[in-house]
Amino acid sequence: MGTEIAHAIADGILGGGVYALMAAGLTLVFGVLDIINVAQGILVVLGAYLSYVLSVHLHIDLLVGLLITVPAMFVIGVVIYWLFIRTLRGAERTSMTLLACFAVALIIEGVLYREFGSNYVSLNAWYVNQSVHIFGFYLADIYLIGFGLAVAAVVVLYLILYRTTFGRAVRATMQNQTAARLIGIDVNRVAALTFGIGVAVTAIGGMVYGSITSFTPNSGYDLISRLLAIVILAGMGSIGGALAAAVFMTTIEALVDIWQPDWSIVVFYLAMVIVLTFRPQGLFGRHAVRAQ
Amino acid sequence: MTKQTVAQGSGLLLLLAVAAVFPLVFTNPTATNFAVVTLVFVAVASAWNIFSGFSGYLSLGHAVFYGTGAYFLTVAANDWKLSAGAIFWLVPLAGLAAAVIAVPLGLVALRVRRHTFVVITIAFFFIAQLSASNLSVTGGSSGMLVPQPNWAGATFNNPFYYVALVIAVATIVLAWLVRRSRFGLQLRAIRDDEDRAAGLGVRAMPVKLAALVLSAFITGMAGAVWVYFTGEAVPQFVFDPLFDLAIVLMAFFGGLGTVAGPVLGALVLQPAQLWLNLEETNSYSSEILFGALFLVVILFLPRGVLPTGAEYLSKAQAWIRRRRAAPGETAREPAAGADDAITPTSAPGGAA
Repeated sequence: MGTEIAHAIADGILGGGVYALMAAGLTLVFGVLDIINVAQGILVVLGAYLSYVLSVHLHIDLLVGLLITVPAMFVIGVVIYWLFIRTLRGAERTSMTLLACFAVALIIEGVLYREFGSNYVSLNAWYVNQSVHIFGFYLADIYLIGFGLAVAAVVVLYLILYRTTFGRAVRATMQNQTAARLIGIDVNRVAALTFGIGVAVTAIGGMVYGSITSFTPNSGYDLISRLLAIVILAGMGSIGGALAAAVFMTTIEALVDIWQPDWSIVVFYLAMVIVLTFRPQGLFGRHAVRAQ
Repeated sequence: MTKQTVAQGSGLLLLLAVAAVFPLVFTNPTATNFAVVTLVFVAVASAWNIFSGFSGYLSLGHAVFYGTGAYFLTVAANDWKLSAGAIFWLVPLAGLAAAVIAVPLGLVALRVRRHTFVVITIAFFFIAQLSASNLSVTGGSSGMLVPQPNWAGATFNNPFYYVALVIAVATIVLAWLVRRSRFGLQLRAIRDDEDRAAGLGVRAMPVKLAALVLSAFITGMAGAVWVYFTGEAVPQFVFDPLFDLAIVLMAFFGGLGTVAGPVLGALVLQPAQLWLNLEETNSYSSEILFGALFLVVILFLPRGVLPTGAEYLSKAQAWIRRRRAAPGETAREPAAGADDAITPTSAPGGAA
C-alpha cells in the first residue's frame, strides 16, 4: 500500500507537469485576451495526431517531430485568432469568443473524425514503453520526459514573459489594455502572438498525452474539462496558480484512482466546486468577483 | 396599434391551428417524428433563453437538466411499472427533479463572473455525464430502456406530438409573460449591468436563481418527453455536448433575448439537423457544418436573424418612404419616422 501511494504521488506530480503546461497556455490566453479557449482540449488532440502522422507515416521521432509540430500549432493558433476571434468586440466579447472557440473545436473534431476515424491510437517511440528504477519503484520514461519537457516549456514561457520586450508588452496588455495601447503597444499583434503561444504548447502537451494514453478525436472533451477545472480552481489568468493547481489535482486524482478508478476525475470538479463556494475568484485569482 | 395586435394575434392563432392539425395532415411517421423532436427543441431553446437570453448568463450546462428529466422518467417508469399513458404524468415530476437539481448548481455557479459561469456550467455538464455513466441507478454506460407503449405504428407519434406541443406553447407563453413582467425587467437589468441593477434594488441572486430554476423545470420536462419518445437513455446521447451548443445556436440564430427568436431558430435548425442526419450517416459532416454555421452566426449575425433582419427591414422601409416623400410634400413623414426610430435603439432585445 505504501509503495502504491508513493507511486501514485510520483505519477501524479509527473503527469501534472503536462497538464500544467496545457493549463498555462489556456490561462495565459485568458489573462491577456479575456478569451476562454475551450478549443484547447481538441487542439491538444490535434497536436497528438500531428505527432502520430509524423511518426507513423514519415518515421520522424516524436521528440524531433516537436520541432515541426510546435511551430505548426503556433501558426494554427494565430490563424484561428486572426480569422474568428479578432473581429469580435463589445460587452459580451468573452462569451462570444468562448462560443467561437467551441465552434472551432467542433470543426477540428469533425475533421479529425473524418481523417482518422474513431479508433483509439497511441504514440510510440523506443522510450515510450521503458521505465527506470528510482528510489525503489519503477517510473515510466515517458512520464519523466514529459515532465522534463513541460518544465522546459514553462521556463521558456517564463523567460519570454519576463525577460523580453515582447513579454513586457504582453504583461502590459494583461494589466491594462487601453494603457498598453496608449504607450504604443500593438495590442492586436500581441494578442495574436499570445494566442499562438497558448496554442503552441498543445503540441508538446499532445505529444506527451498521446504517449501516456491512447486517444480518439473524442478525447478533447476529457482534456478540456480537466483543464477548465484546473484554471478555474487556480483563478483564471494566474499562470503560477495553474501550475500548482495542475500538479495538485493530478496527484489527488492519482491517489483516489487507487481505490475508485471510475470516480477519480470527479475529485477535480469537487475540489473546484468547494473552492468556488468559498472563494469565487479561485485560489490565486486576481479579479474581483462582480467586476464585469 | 390595436390593428397590429389583432393581426399578430390572429397570425399566432393560425400558427397554433396549423400546429394542432399537423399530425392529422402529415401522417408520415418520419414527418411526425421530426415534428416531435423539433417541438422538444422549441421548448428547450425557449427555456434556455428565459434564463440565459434574458439574464446574459450563458449556460452551456442545460444538458444537465435535460438529462436529469430524461433519467428521472426512465428510472421511475421502470421502477413503478406504469402503464403507457400514465408515464406521461411523470413528465412534470421530471421537470421538478431538474428544478431541484438546479438550486444547488445555481447557488454555486451564479456566484461568479459571467464568463466563469459559462465554464462552470460546462464542468457541471461533465460531472453529470460521468455520473450517468458510472452510477448503477442509471444503468451505467450501456444505459436503460424506457418501456414503450404498444400503440399502432401509424399514429404512434401523435400523443408525443401533442404533449410536446403543449409544453412548447406553454413555454413560449411563459417567455412572453416573463419578458413583459417586473421579473423579466429585473433579469434584463442584470444583463445590462448587474452592479447597477443591484444598486437600484434588484436582488440579483434570487432573481437569477429563479430564472435558472424555471428554465431547468421546462428543460427537464422536455428531456423526459424526448427520452420516452426515443425509448432509450444512454449517457452519451442524454448528456451530449452538442445538445448545449445546439440550443445556444438556435437562440443566437433567431435572436438572443427575444421571445420569437429561439422558436424560429429551433424550427429552422432542428429539422435541418435531423434531415442532415438522415442524408449523411457519418456524424462528422454534421459536426463540421454545425461548427461552421455557428461561426457564421457569431461573426456576421451576432444578434440573430430576427433583430438584424428587423433592422434591415426598417432601414429599407425608411429608404422607400424617403424616396416617395422626396419629390412631394414631407408632411406625412414625422408620424412614420417616429415609429421607426424606436426599432434600432431597442434592438438588442426589442424585436420580440
